[in-house]
Amino acid sequence: MAFMTIAGRAPHPRALLLLSFAGAVLFFGGWHLLVATGAVSAQTLPSPVTVLATAWRLAFEPFAGHTLLEHILASLGRFAMGFLLAAAIGVPLGLAMGRFPLLDDIVSPIFEALRFIAPLAWVPFAALWFGTGIGGPVMVIFAGAFPPCLINAYRGAKLVELRLVEAAQTLGAGGLRIMAEVLLPGALPSIVAGLRVSAGLAWQSLVGAELIVASAGIGYVMVQAQSNLAPAIVMAGMLSVGAIGLAIDVALRRAERLVRARWGQT
Amino acid sequence: MKDIRFENVTKSFPTRSGRPFVAIRDVSLTVAEREFVAVVGPSGSGKTTLMRMAAGLDRPTEGSVRVGGREVTAPGPDRAVVFQQFALFPWKSVRENIAFGLRCKGVPRARQDEIVAHYLKLMSMEGTEDRFPHQLSGGMQQRVAIARSYAIEPDVLLMDEPFGALDAQTRTVMQEELVRLTRKEPRTVLFITHAVDEAVYLADRVVVLARDPGRLREIVDIRPTREAEEWGARPIEEVMDLPSFTHLRTHLWRLLRDQIRPDD
Ligand SMILES: Nc1ncnc2c1ncn2[C@@H]1O[C@H](COP(=O)(O)OP(=O)(O)O)[C@@H](O)[C@H]1O
Ligand SMILES: [Mg+2]
Repeated sequence: MAFMTIAGRAPHPRALLLLSFAGAVLFFGGWHLLVATGAVSAQTLPSPVTVLATAWRLAFEPFAGHTLLEHILASLGRFAMGFLLAAAIGVPLGLAMGRFPLLDDIVSPIFEALRFIAPLAWVPFAALWFGTGIGGPVMVIFAGAFPPCLINAYRGAKLVELRLVEAAQTLGAGGLRIMAEVLLPGALPSIVAGLRVSAGLAWQSLVGAELIVASAGIGYVMVQAQSNLAPAIVMAGMLSVGAIGLAIDVALRRAERLVRARWGQT
Repeated sequence: MKDIRFENVTKSFPTRSGRPFVAIRDVSLTVAEREFVAVVGPSGSGKTTLMRMAAGLDRPTEGSVRVGGREVTAPGPDRAVVFQQFALFPWKSVRENIAFGLRCKGVPRARQDEIVAHYLKLMSMEGTEDRFPHQLSGGMQQRVAIARSYAIEPDVLLMDEPFGALDAQTRTVMQEELVRLTRKEPRTVLFITHAVDEAVYLADRVVVLARDPGRLREIVDIRPTREAEEWGARPIEEVMDLPSFTHLRTHLWRLLRDQIRPDD
């Protein structure tokens, strides 16, 4: 994880790139050797070359009814819905909890208990309550994405200087305006950091969410491939999940940096 | 325009020991319409608490605070506050900061722009409307904060050591500008400070607080001297050199020094 260097130590970008590359070569090289030398059977662990080739093939040849891109788009759609729903509810609720202790006292105990239930554990109820169409999987993703949205908005709101809230009050601002124009921007760096974590967890919950899907999606591909005894396809699915997760993270990291720069933090 | 009336105001805060801590005890004080009253007192004498009760940010434990005859129960735009640490919104430009209260009042956009331009000019801040607070010096930030308060045309202006965070030169300039501003657009002002010369230079009356507990000690009338000697028309350094000014300042200093114990 070359992106997650210990705080304060910033290696030279060129060196960082080189190290990341070395790590990847070592990982995929070792993996390939393991299979090529026959130490592990190709049935148990397909070689990286096979996995890449399979992914390429899936891009054109439909598997389980759709091409890989179509599966990815279906997954991204569910991810976006669950994630945006979590942000749309979690951020305002977190801000309000940071501002009104009464609400905090009411919501916190339930929230603290529920957030330890892994998103995957919601799968049976999600299917039961919301079905296996759109609702169920979105709820599982929501369960993964919601806690960091709420927690970071809450912490951010707590850190907004009371002075600014009071200044707004004395200038005649009402509760909603204070939320939108003081707490939200004041908590924004924290919120954006929370959204990044949240997006990561949402994407991680995806495969679990798609266990209950019966149409399309990367998770669905992996489940189908497993029952067809096609490990290369399972791994191609894992590869896609990893690559897209990384892309989402990089994009949100950039957004976070922009917000911090704009807010005068570094 | 409205007056401010503190009537037998006591404010205590709950403490861990269970016995409430008395920050202000039995203060009665009236700031008349368009009067400029400065409050001085040692640190911990309840100056900020007094101001916060007039703002509606704190409620008195006993007694009442009335502004324009109406009991203060919550903050409101009829009582603008200028804080020591400016309290500008860091994510809003100078223009957006000054216009904030106007938007809350529902003032139309075109009128907002006029008012913002008017106060930027009065505060000699033209051309800074698109800058952000962190791009301004402390003195400029406080001008924006004062403009933001004046812009909503409050009946009452409450200032809590507004120049306390500024360096000595900037402070002097701001004091002069505040005198200019309050002559041009008079307001009922409650001005908290711990600087005696600032209080004498700015105020019609100076209220001296004592502490442990915070209470009224004396009220010194400055206005007759100011008007007789026309302080408002003279530069600050000249005023501060007048024998009458020195006399008043020394009198206030003595009142304050009596309360400062050796263990402070
Ligand atoms: N919210 C509070 N809770 C407890 N004590 C407070 C609170 N606000 C002020 N005090 C106490 O009241 C006294 C007066 O405070 P303050 O009004 O800030 O004085 P000043 O502004 O004159 O320095 C101080 O001893 C302070 O510790
Ligand atoms: Mg104070």
